[in-house]
Amino acid sequence: MRRAVGSGLLATGLLLPFIPLLLWAVAGDFRYPAVVPELSGRGLGMIADPAVLDALVTSLTIAGVVAVLAAVIGAGAGRALGLYTFRGRRLVQFLLLAPAIVPTLAVTLGIQVFFIRYGLADSVAGVVLVQLIPTVPYVSLVMASAFANFDVESEDAARVLGAGPLRRLILVTVPAVGPGLVVAALFAFLISWSEYILTLLIGGGVVRTLPLLLFAEIGSADLPAAAALSLVIALPPLLLVALTSRLLTGGTPVAVGMRRL
Amino acid sequence: MAAGGIRRLGSRGSTRLPRALRIGLLLAPALLVVLVLFGGGLAQAVAQSFGYQPFLPQRPLSFDAYRDLWADPAVRASIGLTLRIAVLSTTAAAVLGVGAALLVRSLGRCQPAFAALLQVTLPLPHIVAALAIGLLLAQSGELSRVAASAGLVDGPGHFPALTQDGFGWGIIASYVWKEAPFVAVLVLAVLTKGVADLEDAARALGAGWWQRLRHIVIPALAPALGAASVLVFAFTFGSYEVPFLLGRPFPATLPVVAYQEFRDPDLESRPLAMAIAVFTVLLVGVCALAYLTLSDRLRGAGSAAGRAKVVR
Repeated sequence: MRRAVGSGLLATGLLLPFIPLLLWAVAGDFRYPAVVPELSGRGLGMIADPAVLDALVTSLTIAGVVAVLAAVIGAGAGRALGLYTFRGRRLVQFLLLAPAIVPTLAVTLGIQVFFIRYGLADSVAGVVLVQLIPTVPYVSLVMASAFANFDVESEDAARVLGAGPLRRLILVTVPAVGPGLVVAALFAFLISWSEYILTLLIGGGVVRTLPLLLFAEIGSADLPAAAALSLVIALPPLLLVALTSRLLTGGTPVAVGMRRL
Repeated sequence: MAAGGIRRLGSRGSTRLPRALRIGLLLAPALLVVLVLFGGGLAQAVAQSFGYQPFLPQRPLSFDAYRDLWADPAVRASIGLTLRIAVLSTTAAAVLGVGAALLVRSLGRCQPAFAALLQVTLPLPHIVAALAIGLLLAQSGELSRVAASAGLVDGPGHFPALTQDGFGWGIIASYVWKEAPFVAVLVLAVLTKGVADLEDAARALGAGWWQRLRHIVIPALAPALGAASVLVFAFTFGSYEVPFLLGRPFPATLPVVAYQEFRDPDLESRPLAMAIAVFTVLLVGVCALAYLTLSDRLRGAGSAAGRAKVVR
């Protein structure tokens, strides 16, 4: 009985805040104290607005490039950390953990003027670069734990059998650390997809991603449009995590990434 | 032919990069990001908080911004608000998260469904969570409407102000909605079959509910809970979006004030913005280091006690 009450409360707490979001997304006239709105497709229709589609393309581009770059850079660092013991290894681990804890806003305030100076402000390239700060350390840590379980002798065996570096990478290394790499790249994508303040600081409002657009719509108090847009922003993360929940084991490096979202 | 093949293999082996260089090359891009962008940004924030201005005529360096930070009542109010929100959000997320994990673990047949349900708010962007909580808790929000329909309140003004309030209830609610499941997922991951077996053994030996919780479950989940709490505290103390959307313009949390000061066209307020940023970094950094030292020491003490027991 106590369990039934507890699980009822838990489900309510987890799902209740979605209800007003869904109601407002399909709301026409929704004046206080109405509990349920008059239905209207206006909010959802605004998803097809050219501004939203532009922002969608910008968001996908930035998040995609960030995910690929972070995966490549982080896989290298993860390989070094997972496979080798060397002097300064703990220092490197500490350096990679620091950006997961220290507020990124504080750091970005400091370098923004350099982005302006070197022509990276207000550009997609600058936004991609600044979003490497939260994503690269995260991918590195996840890949370090993936490579820690990787048997490097399988690469040596492939070399002895005559496989070149590229074939070794594609046929041996990537399949072995693949699940870790997929999860890491996926979370790098999601971190970038959800990012607001770094994009605003470096993109200067010129690079308009979906979160920037959502802020603007909340600011203009167009709640049906904001609620509909927020569903568009929330859907890919929910789908991706549902598809990969098999790969999510709650291990600590992965958890650091969940926290950044 | 065979000898040639072996020589080729041997020579390829010897042309491989020296170990140190290989490690260096693998680490270089990631370290470049961390040292230049992150470390450089941090160093610049510190330098600019003392009045240094890159690419502009220099002025004398000073501690003025830090003096302002302490003297300014607005900033002081903001420190109190930020600490309150971070501490309450972290505590509530930890307590509710552990409660949810223990509940879900005990569910049996329904466990997979609820474990999946816990993951629903995890990938949700904080802006979306803040909007959802706002639409739920605002004075004209869904709860207020339900209360009005039930005749409990007369209008939006009679519903308690839970968003854009001075206390930060809405901000805390939004953080807890996302962070309690985060804590729960991490805690569930360490409450393995081994822990359950230990509990069964303790029950067979006559240990009560509280004794099992106190001596088996809590020690098993403590490291994960500690790490999760530090991450949650660091995030809730240093993030911008949620307090901007659900809080008041005054007093605002430190990251919001830092950004406001930074956007001020008058460059005179830059050092204060940077000083606030540096202050948040220091506070979060000190908390994280304190946690790491404490957990190291506890782990050391724990293993020492374990050894002592074995020796005895």
